[in-house]
Amino acid sequence: MALLIIGCGNFDRGDDAAGLLVARRLHALGVDTLGVEIIEHTGETFSLMNCWTGFERVILIDATAPTGTPGQVQVWNAHADRLHEDTFPCSTHAFGVREAVELARAMNHLPPILLIYGIEGKRFFLGAPPSPEVECAVVSVADQLAMLVSHDLKDLGESTLPHTRHGIRFDPSDYGH
Amino acid sequence: MSKPQSRTIKVDVLARVEGEGALFVKLKGNQVQDVKLKIYEPPRFFEAFLRGRHFSELPDLVARICGICPIAYQMSAVHAVERALDIGIDPAVRQLRRLFYCGEWIESHALHVYMLHAPDFLGYPDAIAMAREHPAIVQQGLRLKKAGNAIVALMGGREIHPVSAAVGGFYKVPPKSALKEMVDELNWALDASLATARWASGFDFPDFEQDYEFVSLSHPEQYPLNEGRIVSNRGLDIDASEYEESFTEQHVQHSNALHSVLRGHNSYMVGPMARFNLNFDRLPEVAQQAARNCGLHVPCRNPFRSIVVRAIELVFACHEALRVIREYEPPPAPRAQAPARASTGQAATEAPRGLLYHRYALDQDGLIASAKIVPPTSQNQKRIEDDLRQFVGQISTRPAEEITWKCEQAVRNYDPCISCATHFLRLQLERD
Repeated sequence: MALLIIGCGNFDRGDDAAGLLVARRLHALGVDTLGVEIIEHTGETFSLMNCWTGFERVILIDATAPTGTPGQVQVWNAHADRLHEDTFPCSTHAFGVREAVELARAMNHLPPILLIYGIEGKRFFLGAPPSPEVECAVVSVADQLAMLVSHDLKDLGESTLPHTRHGIRFDPSDYGH
Repeated sequence: MSKPQSRTIKVDVLARVEGEGALFVKLKGNQVQDVKLKIYEPPRFFEAFLRGRHFSELPDLVARICGICPIAYQMSAVHAVERALDIGIDPAVRQLRRLFYCGEWIESHALHVYMLHAPDFLGYPDAIAMAREHPAIVQQGLRLKKAGNAIVALMGGREIHPVSAAVGGFYKVPPKSALKEMVDELNWALDASLATARWASGFDFPDFEQDYEFVSLSHPEQYPLNEGRIVSNRGLDIDASEYEESFTEQHVQHSNALHSVLRGHNSYMVGPMARFNLNFDRLPEVAQQAARNCGLHVPCRNPFRSIVVRAIELVFACHEALRVIREYEPPPAPRAQAPARASTGQAATEAPRGLLYHRYALDQDGLIASAKIVPPTSQNQKRIEDDLRQFVGQISTRPAEEITWKCEQAVRNYDPCISCATHFLRLQLERD
């Protein structure tokens, strides 16, 4: 079963780079050599929907809106939960990751398996570097995905899906910050 | 006798428009006291940071102004520089530029008709809610948009912020075989566009007509994209080099976008309705017939019917793309070049949302000494406020929630691109 990992974001907007940084770390860890396609994406709705067409399993990583707990990671099983617009606010053109997932759901075009990892950001202004909290969450999410892929690639199916989880927080002090 | 009640209607963030803006309407009783389109997205200073860059960098830099209409920015820029440097382009390059522009019109119009404007007419808050009950319709819209994206990706090297446009032509032109691969999908897109026009023409349109001054390019032989004189239905007929003598931009306190007005005439409309009304006879017969079948008459003065006009322009763009592909012979060279010299050039082309004017002054080394860019939304901005002032007067006795919905729909008639105009939307309705 083909697996696609999509890191979404914008390198020029601080913590908005979170998904892209996870994708790059997965490349660095050699996950792409395990038969997994890893791509970086702006998060634009329609091309995102085109990207995952034909894949049976998709994992998408993106930054989420600040709520005071930077670096907090949430995981959604798209078939079980709707994405909230306050969590995934989008660009000025108003079509982003949430719209791609919800539009695909409305048209019954979701990939059979779609997990969304959200990393809560703190700063999104132009030219900002990622915050330490997001940097350590990036490492944690990438390592967790690398382990998930290498251990469960053959078995990753509906029964092994993680349930939607909220409030997973990685402590920056565990990662030398 | 009691004093008339005042109400304020506010839309703090206008949805389903490109960019960030707000709408403020103040009513005293049922009389409209004030209407403001507030564009609070910050200025982007493109005209300032283009100074000192070489003209060859322009197409890639101005493409970044908009994710929806980058080709329009590229085309106005390259034509302005070519006029400054007297660069003649190969006829095949001219045809490829029309094809490139058709791709942008298809993706932009499909996005607006299906995802942004149709939900207003069908009573849905957004395209996602519409897709739950009309998945096949939305699927059709997405496939149409993808057909446009495919043209842009082929001609521009990628779908968003394309990189192949150059002063004098393109960095690379496609072989005939690559264009022919798009024919089947474009034939489907042409049929789907005709179906889109039939579908949209069945919507309920508010009874609202205005005496507009329409402004667009006009070309003697073809429906305008890249070339033509700037004309209006009230006698304007000028070359792009005369634009700044006839049009002026005004700063208004409530907007980060300048309001563009026609000197001595005031507000005016650019975009699909203006093009349609001023150039109907240059549409191909298939588009003219589709317009008649949809009950469109020239001039069309009901801005709510602009959704049908956009669908007719989809028909045109698909038909024109197929024509260019059918007749295409690659040019001997992808682009013409000319030495730099101190000069100034102006050009206007037809972005999906309307006339887009650029002017560049170059120094002897080809560096940009000054730049001026007037996007379609800043030209339509005052006209949108004028529409709202009249339209709210017609519906002012209705509940605030309905007024808000209708006002947002009226703004979306113009498919405003605030990001370009910041040069836009939230509604604030105030009853005094």
